[in-house]
Amino acid sequence: MKFSISWLKEHLDTNATVDEIAETLTRIGLEVEEVFNPISKLDGFVTAKVEGFEIHPDSDHLHVLTVNDGKQKLQVVCGAPNCRLGMVGVFAPVGAVIPLYNEALKVGKIRGVESFGMMCSEKELGVGDDHSGIIVLPDDTEIGLPAAKVLTIDPVIEISITPNRAECLGVRGIARDLAAAGLGKLKPLNISHKNSNLKSPIKVKVEDYKACPVYVGRYIKGVNNKAETPKWMKDRLAAIGLRPISPLVDVTNYINYDLARPLHVFDADKLKGDICVRMAKEGEKFVSLEGKEYTLDNQSLGICDDEGIQCLGGIMGGAEKGCSPETVNVFVECALFDPIVIARTGRKFQIDSDSRYRYERWVDPKSNVLGSDYAVQLITEICGGEVYEMEIAGEENYQPKVAYIRPERMKSFIGIDVSKEKIVEILNHLGFITSEENGKIKAVSPTWRGDIDGEQDLIEEVVRMIGLDTIPAETLPHGKFPKQVLTPAQHRAMLVKHELASRGMLETVTWSFTDSKTAAAFRQSDDAVLLYNPITAELDEMRPSVLPNLLIAVKNNIARGYSDLALFEVGPAFYGRNPGEQNTVAGGVRSGMTSAKSWIGDVRPYDVFDAKADALAAIAAANGPWENAQITTDAPAYYHPGRSGTLRLGKNVLAYFGEIHPQILKKFDIKQRVVAFEVVLNNIPLPRESHDKARKKLELSAFQPVDKDLAFVVDKSVQAVQIIAAAKNADRAHITDVRVFDVYEGPNLPEGKKSIAISLTFQPKEATFTDVEIESLMKRVEVEVGKKTGAILR
Amino acid sequence: MENLENLKSELLAEIAGVSDLKAWDECRVALIGKKGKITEQLKGLSALPLEQKIEAGKKLNVLKSEIEAALAARKDVLEVEELNKKLMSETVDVTLPIRPEAQGRIHPVSKIYEEVVAIFGEMGFEVAEGPDIEDQFHNFNALNMPANHPARQMQDTFYIPNKNSDDFDDSYVVRTHTSPVQIRTMEAKRPPIRIIAPGRTYRSDYDATHTPMFHQVEGLVIDKNITMAHLKGCLYDFVKAFFELDEIPVRYRPSYFPFTEPSAEMDIGCLKTKTELKIGAGTDWLEILGCGMVHPSVLKAGGIDPDEYQGFAFGVGIDRLAMLKYGIPDLRTFFESDVRWLKHYGFTPLDFSSMTGGLSNNGGSAR
Repeated sequence: MKFSISWLKEHLDTNATVDEIAETLTRIGLEVEEVFNPISKLDGFVTAKVEGFEIHPDSDHLHVLTVNDGKQKLQVVCGAPNCRLGMVGVFAPVGAVIPLYNEALKVGKIRGVESFGMMCSEKELGVGDDHSGIIVLPDDTEIGLPAAKVLTIDPVIEISITPNRAECLGVRGIARDLAAAGLGKLKPLNISHKNSNLKSPIKVKVEDYKACPVYVGRYIKGVNNKAETPKWMKDRLAAIGLRPISPLVDVTNYINYDLARPLHVFDADKLKGDICVRMAKEGEKFVSLEGKEYTLDNQSLGICDDEGIQCLGGIMGGAEKGCSPETVNVFVECALFDPIVIARTGRKFQIDSDSRYRYERWVDPKSNVLGSDYAVQLITEICGGEVYEMEIAGEENYQPKVAYIRPERMKSFIGIDVSKEKIVEILNHLGFITSEENGKIKAVSPTWRGDIDGEQDLIEEVVRMIGLDTIPAETLPHGKFPKQVLTPAQHRAMLVKHELASRGMLETVTWSFTDSKTAAAFRQSDDAVLLYNPITAELDEMRPSVLPNLLIAVKNNIARGYSDLALFEVGPAFYGRNPGEQNTVAGGVRSGMTSAKSWIGDVRPYDVFDAKADALAAIAAANGPWENAQITTDAPAYYHPGRSGTLRLGKNVLAYFGEIHPQILKKFDIKQRVVAFEVVLNNIPLPRESHDKARKKLELSAFQPVDKDLAFVVDKSVQAVQIIAAAKNADRAHITDVRVFDVYEGPNLPEGKKSIAISLTFQPKEATFTDVEIESLMKRVEVEVGKKTGAILR
Repeated sequence: MENLENLKSELLAEIAGVSDLKAWDECRVALIGKKGKITEQLKGLSALPLEQKIEAGKKLNVLKSEIEAALAARKDVLEVEELNKKLMSETVDVTLPIRPEAQGRIHPVSKIYEEVVAIFGEMGFEVAEGPDIEDQFHNFNALNMPANHPARQMQDTFYIPNKNSDDFDDSYVVRTHTSPVQIRTMEAKRPPIRIIAPGRTYRSDYDATHTPMFHQVEGLVIDKNITMAHLKGCLYDFVKAFFELDEIPVRYRPSYFPFTEPSAEMDIGCLKTKTELKIGAGTDWLEILGCGMVHPSVLKAGGIDPDEYQGFAFGVGIDRLAMLKYGIPDLRTFFESDVRWLKHYGFTPLDFSSMTGGLSNNGGSAR
């Protein structure tokens, strides 16, 4: 909401400066977004007289002036067509910052002639739009005066209006609030009702008084819509960005912003028959003044004549029966509509208008006759015309809202004592009618306030006016000492992040949305959670996995020239649309080489075992059963079928890991291998809450362990995990560790076979092993592995 | 016996002249080996009469011990020399770079989350959570925003159709704020309540200062005697702790949120120049959060009697806090996964935030 200071002063008698007004507005809850005040930028600009006027020796349109700024005479080169000898204008000396260019003026040299300053146009000073010539002041203007003193300047303030303060969508509401805050006096409105003996040729009938409690119509005959809108009105409208159009349109716009009172003007000659306010019929058509056709439903309110809906009540006028420059007879509508009907229709058909904006918030239910009178007054002043008798359907019998406030609640709710008298004074200034009832203050709302429903609303009014800064700040008394600030699930998500980062991965945060076209391959449930109104087609689905967005990140980083990547994200993945159908997933990708080239160390491409290591590390950081998880080879189809795995606990999936399927990479236009993992954090069981924090007793053997190696030849299909398990199983008491130290496939082995070599740790318990005992242990391993996997010793 | 003294100095000179371990060993053999000079002398004793033999034997044995000691000492010296020579030959250029090790980073959003949790944890808050996809009851209605409430339009909402209903009012929303967690918390537990709820939030808005997804942290305090003065104290303590300043100018402006009343926005003092934003000094104000006393309708929707309990709520933008504290200029870059940005603005994995260890810069230098 914008308004100019002169407009404000139409309603408010005040001597306050623009800065004081702006500060007060913010303090009472009408937050100032911007102050457009050209005066603040006019320091150094002064009035000056053109005392010399010579043709520039090297130009046919430039002049060389001698300018007297009251202190000295300066040579100035000027190209303005309206510059003449003896005129007084506004002079910018060297060093002044020209508002239009936001640059300090320097000594110039124009076609060889030096210039020590500039005569300015309105536009250059930011005080108007005229740039056709320089400002011409009356010839008798004193010279050397600050420009701010002689220019007519009307600063503009823009404030944001919260939805509860609809009355401040009119300048008068803002003026009233400022007056209540002590910044001046609210002036009375000067609007009178014109009586007439002429019977309106157009009658009004309202079918639905719930949707339209009051409808006031006024017929005016013989208006001249080609008349000029007065300058003061045009200036105010222009100042807030509204283009003056014609007197009839300008008047409705003006009253809309002056009193927050929407109006509509019909060309009476275009209306057929009387006005009927009714709900639309299902499927009824309406063409708006913007030329758009709508097919309405039976919950939309129409203002109709015999030919159908001519105005979508309270939202927008129609194309057919509005005013034009040729309009001579008009019917002025000033009505009240139900906010919910307006909001629903506006939302359903997505029509935004100043009128809808006001009606769906609050329009003073007792301003229908007043608004109509004001419109009639302004229209006849500007356009002439003969006024007919007012047509009114329904009654302005609105019952104002009543609320109560207990003065002691200021202390117990806000923390500061405010006297009963002060509360009453504040409420009265805001237009409430107060009385005392059983120690409470009864406050009857002014009709322009629709937001006062209870005590908390009145408290808010008092707080606004005494100022939030008067409330003391009290440190919150320490509450119950929390057992743990983060839940165990939150805490381990944090640990997983730190673990993955300490493994060299960069944490990223990507959208919870993704592109349904690429996401389809990642869905594991049949519910694609698509947005009804995505912001772009590429962000139209709640992601079923964190991987698609990470793959986009891989692609983008490669495009920037960074192709060795390790990225992870901990965030939601959605498997359904119902609230809560989401997992918290730690997902990561690695691609390219483990590092840049180096003179030392093992630089190699990332492979599936890096992803597996990340997954296991994340599970371990989450205190999950990383050692006991089963590994199966049934990862989803977006992974490489032969280089991926699933880590599970029973039927619960803890994690997937593997290379991303090349066909998926192709969809993302990625040309290098990517390995990835997804750990479903909420599938990792939380440790049982145990009160015994003591560790299990450490059992140390007095005898040295013995390491022995065995190499097996097995079918290629045999998994390493089977051999390890069988080996451990050979003697669980004495075999404490089994490690794979070599895997070989190729020549020297029969077709379809591979060799797996393991290293075993035998731990004696009672006495050092004898050679015979070791032989026997190794034999048992050989037999057990052979039995389980068909392996033979190599 | 003079020649014994001569022999001694001759032998010691011989030992001193040995220059490496090989020569030393030859020398040892030549002196005290089976056919060594001293051994020969000892053998020669047998020809002497008994008395002389004893006398000469003693002296020779003393000489032998001295020679042995001299040999041992010489060996030590030679060994050190030899080792030094070997070590010098093993010299490497220690200015060469180390083996490459990747160091990861924690995203600023996670970092701020941890800082905020550390501060409010100290004030007795617990952390609550809620789903990203919400029903309209929790996101709007229970927060005093019935259908057609104009405030709903302030929040450009993403909708998800409900498969079980064609009614638009039954469709789900991607939560527009973390405030629904207020309702879920009240449904789940009785007062006193003191929670914060950080999380992802979503609005259909995408320009220089808005992204369709962003992060908020919600706060809710409900008890019998909580007043707006506590709200101010709590938030003042928070901003001081967060920006790690002893004092910070703050200002509250009346505002409007359907779920709080009175409502306010909090500004902090700062200095804005073309190139810099300095928090805690200067004449400009910067909006930092929205807050207010919980509206009685919200308490009722959460099943709490507003005549018995009251309290306050607030909401802060996590991304915005990160931008202000760590001087990150553009919100959109938070979600672009540019590895150069992640390395530059990210935090080392050791950088755990706490009120005991400090909120920031306590994780060692970034490598």
